[in-house]
Amino acid sequence: MGPAHKSAGRLKIYAASCRNPLHNRLSILAFSSYGPRYFIAGARLATTDEDTTLANATSPEPTRRDFLYIATGAAATVGVGLAAWPFVDQMNPTSAVLAMASIEVDVSAIRPGQQVIFKWRGHPLFVRRRTAKEVAEARAVPPSDLPDGLARNANLTDTAPATDANRTIKPEWLVVVGVCTHLGCTPTVSTPQSPQGSYGGWLCHCHGSEYDTAGRIRKGPAPQNLAVPPYAFTGPTKIKIG
Amino acid sequence: MAHQSSYVPKTGFTRWLDQRLPIIRLVNDSFVTYPTPRNLNFWYVFGGILAVMLVVQIVSGIVLSMHYVPNADLAFGSVEQRIMREVNYGWLLRYIHANGASMFFLAVYVHIFRGLYYGSYKAPREILWILGVFIYLLMMATAFFGYVLPWGQMSFWGATVITSLFSAIDQVIPNLGTAITHWLWGDFAVGDATLNRFFSLHYLLPFVIAGVVGLHIWALHVPGNNNPLGIDVKGPQDTVPFHPFYTVKDGFYMVLFFIVFLGFVFYAPNFFGNPDNYIQANPLVTPPDIVPEWYLLPFYAMLRAIPSKLIGVLVLVGSLLTLLVVPWLDTSKVRSCRFRPLMKQLFWVFVADCLLLGYVGSQTADAAWHFGEAELPLVWLARLGTLYYFGFFWVLMPWIGKKEVTRPLPESIAQSVLAKGGH
Ligand code: HEM
Ligand code: FES
Repeated sequence: MGPAHKSAGRLKIYAASCRNPLHNRLSILAFSSYGPRYFIAGARLATTDEDTTLANATSPEPTRRDFLYIATGAAATVGVGLAAWPFVDQMNPTSAVLAMASIEVDVSAIRPGQQVIFKWRGHPLFVRRRTAKEVAEARAVPPSDLPDGLARNANLTDTAPATDANRTIKPEWLVVVGVCTHLGCTPTVSTPQSPQGSYGGWLCHCHGSEYDTAGRIRKGPAPQNLAVPPYAFTGPTKIKIG
Repeated sequence: MAHQSSYVPKTGFTRWLDQRLPIIRLVNDSFVTYPTPRNLNFWYVFGGILAVMLVVQIVSGIVLSMHYVPNADLAFGSVEQRIMREVNYGWLLRYIHANGASMFFLAVYVHIFRGLYYGSYKAPREILWILGVFIYLLMMATAFFGYVLPWGQMSFWGATVITSLFSAIDQVIPNLGTAITHWLWGDFAVGDATLNRFFSLHYLLPFVIAGVVGLHIWALHVPGNNNPLGIDVKGPQDTVPFHPFYTVKDGFYMVLFFIVFLGFVFYAPNFFGNPDNYIQANPLVTPPDIVPEWYLLPFYAMLRAIPSKLIGVLVLVGSLLTLLVVPWLDTSKVRSCRFRPLMKQLFWVFVADCLLLGYVGSQTADAAWHFGEAELPLVWLARLGTLYYFGFFWVLMPWIGKKEVTRPLPESIAQSVLAKGGH
C-alpha cells in the first residue's frame, strides 16, 4: 500500500505501549470517547470488504481509516484554534485607540484647594492642587490605617508602599485617574465648603467608597487607591500624562 | 413528542407535505391536540405572554434599527431627535420597545415565581427549568445591552459599572480583570467601540433567546405541564386538548396584559425610565446616584450590601447561578406548595425578600430609615435580605424538604377538579 499505510504502521509503534488495543489506536489524540464506536463501524466495513490490507476487528493493527480519522481531527482542532484567535483579538483596543494614549496639560490656572478634570484615554483625570493642610493630613495617616498598602503609582515600582510621598511627584500636585477602583464611577471631590465623605478627598456616590487627600481608599467597597498615571512635569506648571 | 400523534392530513397537498416535512403535524401535536392538565390556573398564562412579548421586542427592535445609529456622537440624537420626533410613529415604536422590555421582565418574574411555588423545577422537569434560567440570563444581558444604546447618562454609567464587575478578577489574578474590561470595551473606557459591539450583540441575543425558547418548549412537551396540584397526569381524564381550552384562556389574559402594557405606552411611557437617561452620556461626570433598571435592582442591592468588591461580585454571580441548582436543592417529595404548609410561608417570605431587596437597590447607597432618634441604614436591610435569599435556597430548601409534614395529595387531577364541582 501507499504512504498512508506506512504512516499507520508508524502510528502503531507510537502507541504500542498501551495494553488495551482500542486505546492503542485511538486515544493518541484523546478521541477515546468516540473511539470504540468508530472502531466497530470501521471494523464492520473492513470485514465485509474482505480487504486484507486493512486490519480486521480482532487484530490490534490500526487501519488506514484510523489514521485518517486522527489526522483529520488534529487538523480540524488546530485549525479551529488558530481561527478563533482573530475573532477574539478583534475586540481589543485598536491601533488608533492605542496611539492617542498621551496628553499634555497646563495647570497654572488651578488655585490651591481646587481640582480640575481633564480627559485622558476616555477617563476623567483629576489634577488637584493640594493645600498645605491637605498634604499634612495625608502625611499624618499611619500606614496600618490604609486598606490598600500599595502606592499604585505607575511612576514607581509595583511594591512601593502607599505613603503620601509615593503618591505624588511634587507634594502640591496630586494627579490621579478619576475612576473609582470599585466599579468605575467618577468620585466627587470633597472641599471644605462641600465635604464629601469623612476623609477630605473624594466620595464615590455609586456605592459609597471614600478616598483621602492622597486619593487613597479609606472606606467602602473599592479595593485600591486611585491610580496614579505615568506622568512627568515638562515645565513648572505643565504636565505630560501617558 | 410525548403523546401519540393524532394528526390526519386531509388534503392531497397536506398528505404530500406530511411525508416530506411534517411541520403541520408538529404544530398540531404541540399546540392543538397537546394534552394539557385540566386544572391550570391564572398563573400559567404567562408562558404564552412571554412568547408574544419576545415577538413584540424583535419586531419593534428591527424597525428601530432602521433609524438608530450606533455611534457615540450620533446615537443619542438618533434616538431623541430622529426616532422620537422625526420618524413617523417613531415615538410609539420606541415606547413600545422600552416599556415592552419592562413588561417582558414583569411576566418572566411571575413565571419564575410560579415555577418555584408549584415545584415545576422538580423531576422530571430539571432541564426545562435550567433552560428557563438560561433564557432569563440572556434576557438580562439583552436588556443591559439595549439600555446602553440610547447613550444617555444612565446608559453610559450603567455600562461602566456592570462591565467593571469583571475587574474584580484582578483580585484573584492581577491585571487579568483589567485586561478583560479593556477587551470588552475595545478601549480604555466605555466608548464608541463599546457602543458598536453592544448594538451588534443586542441585535443577536434575542434570536439566541428564540432558539432557547424552542428547546424550552420541547423540554416542556416531553414530560408535559406541571400543574397547581403538582401531581402527575394519570390518564386522559386529567387532561384537555390545548386548543381550544388554553388557546382561549391564554388569549384572553394576553388581551388584558396588553391593556396594561399599552396603558404604560400611551399614558405613562416614562414610568419605568430614569430622567438621567435624557441627558447625553458624559464620560467625565457620573450622575449623583446611578440605579439600574427596576428588574435588576434586587441583584444590585446584594452587590452593594457587601463591603468587599470581590465578594460583592461573587455574591451577585452566585445569586443567579444558585437558580440553576434549585432542582437539587429542594429535597421534598411533594412538588406543589399547596401541600407544603411550611414551604408555602417561606416562599412568600422569599417573595417579600426580593421586593425588599428591590426597594433597597432603588435607594442611594447611604440611605437610612429614621425612627425618631434611631436610624437604620438600609445597607443592613440589604444584608439581611441577601442572607435570606441564599439561606432560602441553600439551607431552608434542603432542610425543610426533609422535615416538613406535607398535606395528603389528591388521588388525581380529575378527582380533585370534580370534587370542587368543576367539569
Ligand atoms: C429580548 C428582547 C429585547 C429586549 C429585552 C430589549 C430591550 C431593550 C431596551 C431596554 C432598550 C432601551 C430602551 C430605551 O430606554 O430607549 C432597547 C433599545 C433598543 N433595542 Fe432592544 N430589546 C430586545 C430586542 C431587540 C431586537 C431584536 C432588536 C433589533 C433587531 C432591538 C433593537 C434595539 C434598538 C435599535 C434600540 C435603541 C433605540 C431605543 O433606545 O429605543 N432590540 N432594547
Ligand atoms: S464605583 Fe465607586 S463605590 Fe462603586
